[in-house]
Amino acid sequence: MEKSDIVNVSGRRVEKGRYVAPLLKGLAYTLKNFFSRPVTLQYPQEKTERSKRWRGLHRLNVDENGKLKCVACGLCARICPSQAITIIPYEDEGGTRYPKKFVIDELRCIYCGFCQEACPKGAISLTQVYDYIDYHRSDFIFDIEKLKNPKQFEFKGK
Amino acid sequence: MIDFFIIPVVKLTIIFSICLFLIAYATWLERKVLGHIQLRYGPMRVGWHGLLQPIADGVKNFFKEDVVPDNADKAVFVIAPVISISAAIILLAVIPFGEPIHMFGKEITLYIANPSIGILFILGFATLGSYGTILGGWSSGNKYGYMGGLRASAMIISYELSMAFAVISVVMMSGSFSLVDIVTDQETIWNCLRQPVAFLVFLISGTAELNRTPFDMPEAESELCCGYNVEYSSMKFALFFLAEYTHMFVFGALVTTLFLGGWHGPWLPGVVWFFIKTFLIVFACIWVRATFPRLRYDKVMKLEWKFLLPVAVLNLVATGGVMLFFI
Repeated sequence: MEKSDIVNVSGRRVEKGRYVAPLLKGLAYTLKNFFSRPVTLQYPQEKTERSKRWRGLHRLNVDENGKLKCVACGLCARICPSQAITIIPYEDEGGTRYPKKFVIDELRCIYCGFCQEACPKGAISLTQVYDYIDYHRSDFIFDIEKLKNPKQFEFKGK
Repeated sequence: MIDFFIIPVVKLTIIFSICLFLIAYATWLERKVLGHIQLRYGPMRVGWHGLLQPIADGVKNFFKEDVVPDNADKAVFVIAPVISISAAIILLAVIPFGEPIHMFGKEITLYIANPSIGILFILGFATLGSYGTILGGWSSGNKYGYMGGLRASAMIISYELSMAFAVISVVMMSGSFSLVDIVTDQETIWNCLRQPVAFLVFLISGTAELNRTPFDMPEAESELCCGYNVEYSSMKFALFFLAEYTHMFVFGALVTTLFLGGWHGPWLPGVVWFFIKTFLIVFACIWVRATFPRLRYDKVMKLEWKFLLPVAVLNLVATGGVMLFFI
């Protein structure tokens, strides 16, 4: 606050009226606020723009044929600092590997994004979904089906 | 039979239901205006822009647990909100809402009663309402409640004086205590132009009588954690709350009647003008609340006894002198 903003009310009767002008100024300021646009966002309907690098729920990417890109190499599970990823690999007769089971415990995950960096196939990436809510702890253990489309779990209000 | 029973009963029903509806929505208006002044929205979820919020609040209050503290004075504790709300609602009876209208070949006046001492009736019952506050704070057996009650009594004793003196100046101009006569007297020029000093004194001391910020001594949240109603819950609290907003509505109506020319105004019918002016005063109350911080307790008393009261008395003497020598 500037020194000149402080209103000293003097003991002299005549000078006491000096506080009236600042009071009116305050009233004008609040009235101006009343007619300007509120800054509130109505949360589930309106959301703030998130950064492109935001790290939210995981998504398992698919190729153009609709098959998982993941080859179940296990690098992501290996690098995961909180050991949230469990992979059970499977190999068919042709020698192609794919995950039989790919489970991420979203409550253990710290959203560091190492799995995304470690993946040689670009098969796992972190989406912008940050407000998944549910009732049970078991709901937060994501299997392949849930991981394929995390966008649906975005909170949109009741 | 029709003149003495049916018309008054119909008038009672209509006036009271409209006014209580408006008072319930004054709570919505207050939250909305406060929100927008603070760059928020206020209630938005219940109904369109929170329009059903008063109903939701009422239902919520109705189903809450009604707690009576162990060391409360039970009878007084229960009766205090009743005093508060009834003394507030009775004030609606004497307010003239508009000029007489003609319907079914009869002249119907838009007030329930027109006693020749209307303004004294209002001053008296407005003060009686603060008994609810004082008794409620005292009987709840709580330090904060007790302090709130004490402060309420101090406020009412102090600010009633300057308010009454401001009113007397108006009464001298119109020569009648009846609110209807005061309004008809203002047909050409409003009293806020003839009595600007009394108008300002009445506005300030009225805000103080309503116990609203910046003079909300009895319920100073940060000092007394809500003051006189700290032990009240459920419908009892709702009654106190409603009484406060009824007082605010009546204050708006009273300023309109005494100083802003009541139902007089061009083009629109009188009732509409009356409610527009009342709305503006209520809005001003909320606006002032949103702007100013609470005064310190001793400064509130100083403002009354060292400034408002002398000014009101001087204004009274000046009015008398002008009327004696020039009119």
